[in-house]
Amino acid sequence: MPVKIDVNGELVTAYLEGEIDHHSARMMRNEIDAAIERNMPSILMLDFRDISFMDSSGIGLVMGRYKNLKKNNAELHITNTSPQIYKVMKLAGLERLAKIDKVGSK
Amino acid sequence: MITNELKFVIPSKSSNESFARVAVASFVAQLDPTLEEINDIKTAVSEAVTNCIVHAYKESMGNIYINVQVIDNLTVKIKVRDKGCGIDNIKQAMQPLFTTGGEERAGLGFAVMESFMDKLSVKSKEGKGTVIIMKKKLSIRLS
Repeated sequence: MPVKIDVNGELVTAYLEGEIDHHSARMMRNEIDAAIERNMPSILMLDFRDISFMDSSGIGLVMGRYKNLKKNNAELHITNTSPQIYKVMKLAGLERLAKIDKVGSK
Repeated sequence: MITNELKFVIPSKSSNESFARVAVASFVAQLDPTLEEINDIKTAVSEAVTNCIVHAYKESMGNIYINVQVIDNLTVKIKVRDKGCGIDNIKQAMQPLFTTGGEERAGLGFAVMESFMDKLSVKSKEGKGTVIIMKKKLSIRLS
């Protein structure tokens, strides 16, 4: 499974696994959206520790979930981004939408 | 002078996105690039190939032609060509956040290629296809 979901009260963490590209993003999107719908979190944490590569499809994935959460006034947090992932996120200005922690920052 | 070259052709299946970027990255690895350089190239190739699959061959399947040249053992020149639908307005297509790919596409493919590589050129003819050429000069490493 490319996504593992952990529910802790109002916080839902999605641990993503593998590589995020146009091919893999769709399945991840479905699983995260299902978890949002089931648990209605006030914070969704996307954990990138096991993502080895991401292209701009990952930006689409993050922005789509952001819009989805905003409908319920929920927040998006992003954690454990490698330098490659952080570089792509920064180019897209994602830090304006979500709190982003780099790998090893905690 | 071209010091090394890789050419390959893949059908526009989304499962080939990963293969294409890894193949180019492994070929370039011979030049001992930094991790950041190899990641930049991998990401740019992924964007170029995804564009062929999502846009050029939107309603069909077709071949994607990838050519990587190493120039003077220092510069990597990558050409990604398709025979798909072509782009009618390249300037608009290259604008960050512009996309015809729907809700889940960020519209940042060209922005990534432009920012992660040193040079990007796009040529396209409607109904004929698109060629993109990207170049990146690797840093000289004193070993």
